[in-house]
Amino acid sequence: MAMFSGLSERINHIFSKLTKRGKLTELEIKQAMREVRVALLEADVNFLVAKDFINKVSEKAVGEQILTSLTPGQQVIKIVNDELIDLMGSSNSKLEIASKPPTIIMMCGLQGAGKTTMCGKLGLMLRKQGKKPMLVAGDIYRPAAINQLKIVAGNAGVDFFEKGTISPDKIATEAIELAKKKGNDVVIIDTAGRLQINAELMDELVRIKKAVNPHEILLTVDSMTGQEAVNVAKEFDEKLDITGTILTKLDGDTRGGAALSIKAITGKPIKFSGTGEKLADIEPFYPDRMASRILGMGDVLTLIEKAQENIDQEQMKKLEENLRKNTFTFDDFLVQFEQLSKMGDLTSILSMIPGMGAKIRPEDVDESRLKAYKAIIQSMTPKERANPDLIKASHRKRIAKGSGTTIQEVNALIKQFEQTKLMMKNQNNPQLRKMFGGRKFF
Amino acid sequence: MGFFSRLFDGMKKTKKSFSEKLKYVFTGNEIDSDFYEELEYVLISSDIGEQTTEYIIDELKDRAKEKKLKKTEDCRELLKEIMVEILSTTQPKELSYPCVIMVLGVNGVGKTTTLGKLAKKFTDEGKKVVLAAADTFRAAASDQLEVWANKSKVKIVTNEQGADSGAVVYDAIASAKAKNADIVLIDTAGRLHNKAILMEELKKINRIVSKEFGEAEYHKMIVVDGTTGQNAVNQVELFNEAVELTDITITKLDGSSKGGFLLSLAKDFDLAIRYVGVGESEKDLLDFDAKEFVDAIF
Ligand SMILES: Nc1nc2c(ncn2[C@@H]2O[C@H](COP(=O)(O)OP(=O)(O)OP(=O)(O)O)[C@@H](O)[C@H]2O)c(=O)[nH]1
Ligand SMILES: [Mg+2]
Repeated sequence: MAMFSGLSERINHIFSKLTKRGKLTELEIKQAMREVRVALLEADVNFLVAKDFINKVSEKAVGEQILTSLTPGQQVIKIVNDELIDLMGSSNSKLEIASKPPTIIMMCGLQGAGKTTMCGKLGLMLRKQGKKPMLVAGDIYRPAAINQLKIVAGNAGVDFFEKGTISPDKIATEAIELAKKKGNDVVIIDTAGRLQINAELMDELVRIKKAVNPHEILLTVDSMTGQEAVNVAKEFDEKLDITGTILTKLDGDTRGGAALSIKAITGKPIKFSGTGEKLADIEPFYPDRMASRILGMGDVLTLIEKAQENIDQEQMKKLEENLRKNTFTFDDFLVQFEQLSKMGDLTSILSMIPGMGAKIRPEDVDESRLKAYKAIIQSMTPKERANPDLIKASHRKRIAKGSGTTIQEVNALIKQFEQTKLMMKNQNNPQLRKMFGGRKFF
Repeated sequence: MGFFSRLFDGMKKTKKSFSEKLKYVFTGNEIDSDFYEELEYVLISSDIGEQTTEYIIDELKDRAKEKKLKKTEDCRELLKEIMVEILSTTQPKELSYPCVIMVLGVNGVGKTTTLGKLAKKFTDEGKKVVLAAADTFRAAASDQLEVWANKSKVKIVTNEQGADSGAVVYDAIASAKAKNADIVLIDTAGRLHNKAILMEELKKINRIVSKEFGEAEYHKMIVVDGTTGQNAVNQVELFNEAVELTDITITKLDGSSKGGFLLSLAKDFDLAIRYVGVGESEKDLLDFDAKEFVDAIF
């Protein structure tokens, strides 16, 4: 969508212009900040929060430090990014643990935010940490909500408590009595989704809070939420004095500006993020990654981590060596393909590369094309693979036939190989180079 | 109660803050750059989005100049007119029967609830309905739809969790044909639009519907949470690419969000906006109407 792509490019464009001119003027900062503002708004950062942010950053940017700097563009990016990270707080995903068990965690949020699933995720995470959690069914309204939590608890391998549709504060109280008897050291209370403007239902939450005095009250927020995220968070926080928030559905392609809005308005830490439908898909909240996501600058850190987890380090080292010695071959190229497919869902991985964000389409990372490329390389003789210069026009025909592809495809691959080789040489980010050798694989 | 009063009722809180903001915008003052800036703020804070907001304001500037308007309050009707114009391309056609409506969308937007409300609505209109619980993925999803089926005493076809959703659809169509039903309503599992693999399941359901019930009018209706921001556009774009959507339903407009992204959707896609969800009970579903929607916002 034209509307959302090219954002990081636009910022980069302005900044690159700045870099070229060497020194920054107030006017140029103003221009750059206009782009940053658009970026924030498109990311759903609340209008007023964005305004505040821009003012603060501009103040910092129009300082001597930047005017005398050599690469002002980079510095502006850094200031914006640092400020964002700073605003979103530290990576604080610690849960408050009660000195006298059980630790009581109460969930709250709008309808459909993902509370029930998050109960299961927290339960599983805590069980893995050696705790004995109990999930409590406090959503007495939504059809089959109790049963959903029961199944989720079963899947997480944790205890479950329900008391039908009596009032949730009573359910919570009874659950805690039972937890004490049964030795559950954590109690997680699920509650029904509700609108922050529904006074009656907000009171119900206050009553639960009064009844059991939770150690943690966690507001669960859909990361796709728009401008109203501030009012939602503000209202829940005012009524309940929440202890933190959780962002869900971050495996989507939302830029997630709500994170900044919520943090700015409540000042409470963002503790976890939900990154998939499986119960294991829970991560600590990383402010630095969120910052680059909001700015549309890609999630380089996640990318690097993911790659490190999945890539055979030994093989990569060899690859890099070949690269340095300028003996990069089709065999190496093949290894790279395989490493890439091992990393899992290509679309989601590629979308984390800066500048690619919105441009990724499933057809761009067509797995069948990858397969065709593999077949082509496998149809080359070992000699050809080792020394690509040997591949003459007549050989290409044979390779195409052998791999069931066309000469055009063979030519395309050879061209990409040459480009990749070149790019890998020029890439100055060693980690990215290690992984991809530039991005033009497809 | 008509759409306007119901939506008005549902959106009271929304409306209050929104019209309060507007009160400061539309005054007896001269039109100046401050006015447009204030207006921009109001529009963006309704999730209309930067680009569409810019488009609306440019239109307004042009037309205000043409009409030689002086005071900001004179712009109010003009603004409404522009917004209605944008939305009016989305007016849905009447359904014809037999028909199939499949709801789809990201997790937790209100698909199942909307389907439950629809089951009630069509039954009340004297139509014969079959529900297909094709969300065989999420825990207790079919139990949830079953509660709705019981409420309006409608036939429901289910299978256990993890079963083939295509088979559920197949059975539901067979049952609908045998019973001479008017409508098959298909619930699907929530999925994020950027996961290409999960789209395959929806394509499969499409194939089954076309093959087994080609004579029925087929609606592929995306449900979008009214609380969503600019990501709504990504959602519609990618689901549309995968399954060629026909309709949109927006939910949760009883909350404090205004669903301004509908304007971007209307501008960028050729889709009917069919229903509006304004609460959790079976009566909380309205037919969409562009003019009334804009009126309700103001
Ligand atoms: N306030 C309000 N809540 C709604 C509306 N529509 C649905 N909900 C609530 O939103 C929550 C999620 O609704 P579901 O119908 O389960 O959503 P879904 O899209 O089927 O969810 P998944 O199948 O889990 O992806 C429930 O608590 C509903 O009661 C609405 O118009 N207004
Ligand atoms: Mg559902």
